[in-house]
Amino acid sequence: MTPIEDRDPYARPGALTPAGAEPIVRVLALEKFFAANHVLRGVTLEVYPRETVCLIGKSGSGKSTLLRCINFLEEPTVGAIEVDGLRVDADPLHSRSRHHREQIRQIRLRAQMVFQEFNLFPHLKVIDNLIEAPIRVKGVPRAEAIATAEKYLDKVGLSEKRNEYPGRLSGGQKQRVAIARALTMEPKVLMFDEPTSALDPTLVGEVLNVMEELAHEGATMIVVTHEMAFAREAADRVYYIEDGVFVEAGPPEQVILNPSDPRTREFLARTLGEAHVHEGGAAIHVPEESTHIHAEGGPAHPRELDRPDGGAGH
Amino acid sequence: MNYGGAGAHVAVSAQMDLERQAEIVASITRARSRQRGRFRTVFVLTWVVLVGILVGSLLLAGKIDGGFIAKWASYILGGVPLTIIISVASIAVAIILATLGSLGRLSGNPVIYGIASFYVSLVRGTPLIVQLLFFYLALPQIWEGFASIDLVVLGISALAFNYGAYMTEIFRAGIQAVPRGQLEAAAALAMPQGTTMRRIVLPQAVRIITPAIGNEFIAMIKDSALVSLITVQELLWRAQEIGQSNFRSLDTLLLAALVYWVMTIILSVFQDRLEKRMAASEVRL
Repeated sequence: MTPIEDRDPYARPGALTPAGAEPIVRVLALEKFFAANHVLRGVTLEVYPRETVCLIGKSGSGKSTLLRCINFLEEPTVGAIEVDGLRVDADPLHSRSRHHREQIRQIRLRAQMVFQEFNLFPHLKVIDNLIEAPIRVKGVPRAEAIATAEKYLDKVGLSEKRNEYPGRLSGGQKQRVAIARALTMEPKVLMFDEPTSALDPTLVGEVLNVMEELAHEGATMIVVTHEMAFAREAADRVYYIEDGVFVEAGPPEQVILNPSDPRTREFLARTLGEAHVHEGGAAIHVPEESTHIHAEGGPAHPRELDRPDGGAGH
Repeated sequence: MNYGGAGAHVAVSAQMDLERQAEIVASITRARSRQRGRFRTVFVLTWVVLVGILVGSLLLAGKIDGGFIAKWASYILGGVPLTIIISVASIAVAIILATLGSLGRLSGNPVIYGIASFYVSLVRGTPLIVQLLFFYLALPQIWEGFASIDLVVLGISALAFNYGAYMTEIFRAGIQAVPRGQLEAAAALAMPQGTTMRRIVLPQAVRIITPAIGNEFIAMIKDSALVSLITVQELLWRAQEIGQSNFRSLDTLLLAALVYWVMTIILSVFQDRLEKRMAASEVRL
């Protein structure tokens, strides 16, 4: 193994991280090529236990690829991934050795992913979607798997959909089931790849509510998202990525409300709508009381977090 | 702009428009259903006339001997069960071959891929009748034991060998039609490839290819007639046997053709219902 010494300059333990904890996820000097296309150009990221990290950036910036490299849905070209103490180096030649495959399996058990398109299994009922992998992959006894699944189904508020087929659920319900499916694996880390981008705007809130609740309860989460309101409410740190490198990172108050890099400013101005851009001074202006930042333009956009307590509690 | 005064007027005319609209919609619906009814009636009549012309002209021309057909009908129709058994068994074995073949065609192992593509190429590149005769006449020359194999089993083997290759390609396409996201979801859940194939991909592929399997089964009913060549006494063999020995092939072949036709019509109806039921199912792929 080649030692990679890089540390993430932006990393710092989140509010809920136990004192003295080491990062639970490390992305070490990661590079990814798709043929000649250099998508990730040396990304180093550290995520501490019980914190939520949001990755923001334009489409094509490499944020989804980064997430997919962490659980090896994409094989990184150079660098290493470490999850919960298990370090796996990139295997650029795709030797696919038994050892490498077993390591990837272990990584995936630790880091579960929620997809933009939900990817529920349409031929299995909701409950069977949840227990399939715990039983067949982790060897959990059936009764125990069902109990765990029911617990998380209740958590996402869909206990009554237990015996439905995914085809009969709304998009928001599907995504909540997908979150419950990931939780039923009891992973160390939850990864979300644009979990609300495929949803009808009216259904975004129910998914973000579940995610925000998880974040406030201290789940370790890495979230690729365009929902700035969510990033601002739930993230301990926000990373802005452009052309395969991190341009700016820090707490959301800093990156989203007061970005220092002109590229971040431009992205946020475009994402949040021109209405929020100040002339001169700080590029972004969001009133302190406002709990919703509109995802794409118009101030009358209905997409907002539907939270009666304004995000204080949980 | 002032919306106040005009608003009331617009509302009234909109009300009238709604009533008028309902009228128009109702009359269109009536006209459509009348049209559909007329279409059906004329369609059925056309069929009745065509069948009448076909049977009537043959009967009137005195070319068909009703008494002869009546005498031998039960013997000839006695071949139907064997035709059905051969078709069902051949499709069943072909499904097993096609499952293995399609997995081979998708395998990353060059030897397995090679075997599967060789099988498909060999079968698709040669006529079914040659393959059947090869099983019947040529294989015993290689190993005498083949000569003692039951001819029904031999016929089923040849048909299954042939259909298995065509269905391999259908199965492969069905497996590849399962969305990529399903594979990614299974991978993200750390499922091994074998489990993913068995539990996630194949159940969805089966639903995709079921209509195509129905088509293959209908085709098999007709192709099963070929085993009459190797003296299996199914429907066509019996029709030919009686027809040739009595110089009345017209009567017996017409009867056989009619029976094949009826069997495929019945199967088509079943297939239609199966597809409709699958489309209405709550399992959406």
